[in-house]
Amino acid sequence: MVAKCCGFDFSGNESFKTTECTMPLSTQSQADDEKYVLVASLDNARNLSNILKAITFKDHAIFNATPNGLKVTVEDSKCLQANAFIQAEIFQEYTIKEDVVGFQVNLTVLLDCLSIFGGSTLPGVSTALRMCYRGYGYPLTLFLEEGGVVTVCKINTQEPEEPIDFEFCSSNVINKVILQSESLKEPFSELDMSSEVLQITMSPSQPYFRLSTFGNSGNAHYDFPKDSDMMELFRCTKTQTNRYKMSLMKPSTKALALSCKVSVRTDSRGFLSLQYLVRNDDGQICFVEYYCCPDEEVE
Amino acid sequence: MDCVVTGGNVKVLAKAILSLSRIGDELYVEPQDDGLALRSVNSSRSAYGCFLFAPLFFTRYTIPNGQDFRCKMAIKSVQAVFRSLASLEKTVEKCHIELDKKKNRLTFTLHCKHGLLKTHNLSFQDSESLQAVFDKESYANVFRAQPRLLADTVVHFPSSLDEVTMSVNDDRMWFRNHVEDEAELSKAMQTELCLASDEFDHFAVRAHNSVTFCLKELRGLLVFAESANLPISIYFDEPGSPVVLSVTDSVLEGNFVLATLSDDSHQRKDNTRRAQTPPPPPPDDFMNDDIDSYLIAMDTSMAPGPSSAGPPTPPLAKSTYSKQPVAAYHRTRIHSEEEEEEKEETDDSDRPPNKKFCSLFFGSVLPPSSQMSTQPVTNQEVLASDSEDDTQAE
Repeated sequence: MVAKCCGFDFSGNESFKTTECTMPLSTQSQADDEKYVLVASLDNARNLSNILKAITFKDHAIFNATPNGLKVTVEDSKCLQANAFIQAEIFQEYTIKEDVVGFQVNLTVLLDCLSIFGGSTLPGVSTALRMCYRGYGYPLTLFLEEGGVVTVCKINTQEPEEPIDFEFCSSNVINKVILQSESLKEPFSELDMSSEVLQITMSPSQPYFRLSTFGNSGNAHYDFPKDSDMMELFRCTKTQTNRYKMSLMKPSTKALALSCKVSVRTDSRGFLSLQYLVRNDDGQICFVEYYCCPDEEVE
Repeated sequence: MDCVVTGGNVKVLAKAILSLSRIGDELYVEPQDDGLALRSVNSSRSAYGCFLFAPLFFTRYTIPNGQDFRCKMAIKSVQAVFRSLASLEKTVEKCHIELDKKKNRLTFTLHCKHGLLKTHNLSFQDSESLQAVFDKESYANVFRAQPRLLADTVVHFPSSLDEVTMSVNDDRMWFRNHVEDEAELSKAMQTELCLASDEFDHFAVRAHNSVTFCLKELRGLLVFAESANLPISIYFDEPGSPVVLSVTDSVLEGNFVLATLSDDSHQRKDNTRRAQTPPPPPPDDFMNDDIDSYLIAMDTSMAPGPSSAGPPTPPLAKSTYSKQPVAAYHRTRIHSEEEEEEKEETDDSDRPPNKKFCSLFFGSVLPPSSQMSTQPVTNQEVLASDSEDDTQAE
């Protein structure tokens, strides 16, 4: 694997005239655009950076762009996979010249670039983004503009890896609940991190939906009744108790914090799927998905 | 034990545990006939806190008949039960505390909004009774103030500050910090605040004294008092005897007992007493430490024990003695000589506390016999001489 590095280019080349940069992102010549296989623009870069933060637990992120939109995948230990889906409609401009464009970049570096102007959350202050990729072997180029100042970042890309297929298909789903995220935020923020595992019990009878931890000072259970007003859907067919490594579950808290609804599903093998519905600053909807393998079989 | 707390009282309970966590690492739980006692003591046994929640505080309070039960557990794990303190009032409707003696589990069940049920099964250890010996009635100086007044006072002291000195005369109370002689002048800051007696709900002074004690625990109790909006009563006497901070209402009582720094006059008195005691056994690893400050502090912390404490103390005093280096005896004498030389200057009562004691000043918290409570002394006595270093050395 080639060493990753981040290239910041403040020189204003790329036939980029900083003197004329009142509308810099639209001043690029048509000729420039033609070189790229992928061009995606956003008025507010936070709409991208926020959702990427929800899956940031490893540096390597696999980008997979199709005409439908952008899918970003991050994996850990071959046991955990997180996907963020940003539909083409979210972008103000989304041009793709091939059926599939794939590359891999360092996600931490990309996020640093996206917030290069400080990532202000003040209303009315936003960073505009134009993200361009020329193809295999080329860097990912970001044009960022805020208040008439433009930064061009080039992030070296890597050979894209093939994301793991968790073979999680809805026909094998045994249990499924949809909850309003609000109700899970507190339990997740309180989880006893001295516990090695998070145990999830889903059952058509009591305790219906239970999160358990087994820590140094004792154990804790969080029970959600199926008729709770936070429970949007309760479809459990069989009692299942599975354990998932706490260290793998922890990153999903970031996605939970951003989301408004979460769907928790387990399949016949005990694999866990967490799907988060995330509403961005402009009220548009994106999805984040986590897959996690169960820990050793519980007796 | 089986008890239920509802509504706003859940937060009161949680805040009490939070303020006890500022004292020690362990929470002592003792269900008594007159209510549930929660206590904590710090490792050097120089600070002790106790909350007693009367049966009326609970919606249900039942304890098993005729069998004493008490336990201790890590206070952190109990805090974890009430982790979302800020939203507690809004989310928790009912808290059920139940003891399962067979499984050695204390179970906290929180019934929350939206039907969420949180169950925490905490393991515990059996423990002896923890009971500080103090008698509020015998104190010379008694004050009562709204928590706001004290909170507004301590807020002016930097959070890094350990101790504060409280002085009184007939119509004023001062709080000040002590700046060490060796402190860097550019960083040193002396803060002094004066409160007039009419700011207090109650202000009764019989002895114009000043005492130095730790701020941390006072801040801890303030967290509770402010949230429960209960006035804090302060009882204190003379330097070296503990200051008692207390909050009371119809269903609960909280008492924090904090050691104060002994002043020099005490120390001289103690030195003369020390001279009569037999030389202690050989030294241990304390010799490596800042021996001067250690020995001096040891000296102050030791003396009241055997001479004033009555029957239950000897075993404890003995154990403490065994830790005293042989050099202590000699050092004490040397120190007394120095003391003589300094005598003229030290008579000034406004003198700032001798910083040398600070590392261990918690020692002499056993009240002199005159203040001994009428309560029977239980098997584990708190606030007897025991130093932080002792604990660490174990």
